[in-house]
Amino acid sequence: MQHFDTIIIGGGPAGLEAAARLSKFDKHVLIIEKDPALGGKLLLWDKLFPDFASSEELLHQLIENIKNDNVKVSLNTGIKEIENEGGLWNIIDNHNNKYSAKALLLATGFDVFDASRKEEYGYRIYPNVITSVDLEKILSGEVSHAEPKKVVFIQCVGSRDEKVGNHFCSKNCCICAVKQAIEVKEMYPNSEVYCFYMDLRMFGESYEELYRKAQQDYGITFIRGRVSEVSPTYHGQVQIKAEDTLLSRPIRLTADLVVLMVGMEASEGTVEIGKKLQIGGNYDYFKSKNQHLADNLTYLDGIFVAGTSKRQMSIPETMKDAAAAALEINNYLN
Amino acid sequence: MNLDMYNPFVIPFAFGVVILFVNLAIAFVSWLYRLDKVQRRQIGKNIISFKTLAAIWEAIRECLFHRNIFKTNPILGYMHFSLAFGWLMLIVIGKVEAVAYEGQYFTNPWLAIFFRFFEDGRDYPYKEVLTFVMDFLLCFVLSGLLLAFIKRMYSKLLGMRKTTKHTPSDRVALISLWCIFPLRLLAESSTAAIEHNGGFLTQSLGNLLAFLPVEKFVTPLWWAYSIALCLFFVFMPFTRYMHIFTEVLLIFLRKWGVIESQKHTGYTDIEINSCSRCGICIDVCQLNTAAKINDVQSVYFIRDVRDLSLDRHIANNCLLCNRCVQACPVGIETTMIRQIYRYKQGNEDIPFYEYINTSKYTEGKNSAPILYFAGCMTHITPGIIDSMKNIFDKADDKYIFIDEDKNICCGRPLRQQGFLEQAEVLKEKLTSIIKDSGAEVLVTSCPICYNSFANEYNLDIKVLHHTQYIKELIDKGKLNLSKQDVKLVYHDPCEISRGNNIYEEPRIIINSIGNLHSTKNEKDDTLCCGGSLANIELNTEQAALITSQTLDVLTKPNPDFIITSCPLCKKTFTKNCSNNKILDISEIVSRNI
Repeated sequence: MQHFDTIIIGGGPAGLEAAARLSKFDKHVLIIEKDPALGGKLLLWDKLFPDFASSEELLHQLIENIKNDNVKVSLNTGIKEIENEGGLWNIIDNHNNKYSAKALLLATGFDVFDASRKEEYGYRIYPNVITSVDLEKILSGEVSHAEPKKVVFIQCVGSRDEKVGNHFCSKNCCICAVKQAIEVKEMYPNSEVYCFYMDLRMFGESYEELYRKAQQDYGITFIRGRVSEVSPTYHGQVQIKAEDTLLSRPIRLTADLVVLMVGMEASEGTVEIGKKLQIGGNYDYFKSKNQHLADNLTYLDGIFVAGTSKRQMSIPETMKDAAAAALEINNYLN
Repeated sequence: MNLDMYNPFVIPFAFGVVILFVNLAIAFVSWLYRLDKVQRRQIGKNIISFKTLAAIWEAIRECLFHRNIFKTNPILGYMHFSLAFGWLMLIVIGKVEAVAYEGQYFTNPWLAIFFRFFEDGRDYPYKEVLTFVMDFLLCFVLSGLLLAFIKRMYSKLLGMRKTTKHTPSDRVALISLWCIFPLRLLAESSTAAIEHNGGFLTQSLGNLLAFLPVEKFVTPLWWAYSIALCLFFVFMPFTRYMHIFTEVLLIFLRKWGVIESQKHTGYTDIEINSCSRCGICIDVCQLNTAAKINDVQSVYFIRDVRDLSLDRHIANNCLLCNRCVQACPVGIETTMIRQIYRYKQGNEDIPFYEYINTSKYTEGKNSAPILYFAGCMTHITPGIIDSMKNIFDKADDKYIFIDEDKNICCGRPLRQQGFLEQAEVLKEKLTSIIKDSGAEVLVTSCPICYNSFANEYNLDIKVLHHTQYIKELIDKGKLNLSKQDVKLVYHDPCEISRGNNIYEEPRIIINSIGNLHSTKNEKDDTLCCGGSLANIELNTEQAALITSQTLDVLTKPNPDFIITSCPLCKKTFTKNCSNNKILDISEIVSRNI
């Protein structure tokens, strides 16, 4: 049995940032990460909105910050058991190692929505229908794709959609689509880019400006209306059926590439631990004790939460939340 | 008429009987008069046939013995059985007793009913046996009555509204019905106290009553008995007890092949009046068991149609899954009647389809023996279309994909919503497309379309749902499936299960791919996925409750995949089931060829 001050479950931006902060408070921290590498969903993105910052550089910096004697990392590690014993949290991992700590920080994050659940959009059925995650790989050059003439972005796939049971807004896809549309236009200057949306929620700093730039400088067409279905054409393209709700007209559009802006859902690990500890809230995200006053605390003593395991957040928000969690944990430990 | 055998208290009874039969005659004649042409033709065709004998047998089985109610609920069955059969036997054996007593067939018509009062103690054939049997039958009826009483009080005690709220005439009829047999018991026992002519029950009670001034209240008791009968008979035609007679008529008409048409006819009235409000439909309805909506079920719908107080929302709030029709001991086609009451006309939102040009569907397409009609719902689950294309190719069957451009609907969703004329336009258009194609077989992937083509269209070509088509391919050896070690369950979609009985084909297919496990509600007891197009009243939260109830049943055996054969069921299940566990039967077949 190894003892730590804090065990952090999840080595994404939230877990890394919290670990760095706690180590500065001279606390011994263990990060448990199920994947073979640190970084979480940051690994899926190439550049970040709204300033096109490199995610690789950010991750590099986050990892640099935890390189000290106070932080230990255990990769490829899943959680088998979590139990409280006399005010200590005991964890048994899938290699049957036992750890204990006074405080646990849950930073288990989100999963992207499985687009094949919206079968009418044809993800995994038509090869030219991809998700925003797949597009990042094309943009980074990791995967090659024939030059598309017409690219269509479809917003709110798996968000604000009663039909899949997700009423919430995933918050990040609007601005992400604007970012990606600009990147597509930069990569393929001759392509036409369309974006179907319900609302464009440009709430963050310089988001609105980027949206304006996308229209004015890049000529990207934004159409208000939800796409009903995508179907194949004889020439290997796909056809989109939608309604332009500003003009009240049905639209059919033939495209070479359709990008589904997949939303965020509580990750498998979040759901699992939420059930185990009974701290799950809406849509299986963790429920914090009080959104305004105690957003990093839960109803269980010594269990803290941070980042997108709680609700949809952008990366800057996640980092601030993780820093706040570190402060709470430090207070708790002292 | 033998005036020795007369007392003024028989007058209310006689009056009640006359009024009852006049009312019955008026009702029956008006219903039969309002049957439509097709329904009358059916009667004419079948009235002289073995179907009539079968109807007699069914009437005895259902109206007297209530076999169907016994099957679902033995106690409820016994209750109905004792009241119906017991009462009839009281009349029949009473008549036998009267005949034995008088020594001639023609006795006063009321003698059988009030026999103990008029009997003077003289000996007649089989006296002891008949007295015993009559008391036994009274006992039998009273036991049913006791159950009825407990049922009503018990459910009230528990705060449940199992049966419907009564109208005033229902209440009078119910109270008088409950009084008839206890009053008869008291009247016969008091007579027995004086005359010593009772059986094991009435004489025993009579001996107990003997210390009271029985002479004073014996005649008033017979009066009360007669008045209770009178009230029941007078009010009965306006209450749910009308089902006692109407059900017999319904059984005969149904056996002769009469079915509901698209409009309200006399047959609809017969069905409505055959409902005994037993409440069995409430317990099987998922709107009740999953979504806790308990005031729209068939029993309430029929009550409101009958009382002319139907609210459109009640007619609309139904999945049309037919679970209630399956469970109804009388076999009333309530979902058909609902569709009649959803009929829409003169509304400004009426859609129109006359503009559809049918020629372009087959133009430029080579003829083929098979037509494939995916259906609107299948177009939102393109995985099924892909799989069907693969299956056609692997089996080397040539086909025309008629609705590849997804422009035409079979019309059933419109029909379910009451847009009958509009559905008829689509039906004509689609029929002409199908006829012009010259194909021999129509394969569809959608159970809703299948139900339409098989039951509402008059197509002269073979109609197959893709489960049936795939099963045929396997039989012909055109598809070789490889069996895997996977655990599968099958969800029977409403539209091809109840009414169309496609149960074996999918099971044979699934068993040749993996190991099929049974679930709690399967075949004709299958649950609705919650995505039914027929219910526009339900909100998404309520629909989700139904979906999760059904998914709970399906995931109980912990299967690797849930297989269904309806695109709508598949689409609905993916809402609550996050993993890719839901597959259409064509998809799993396509993966394993």
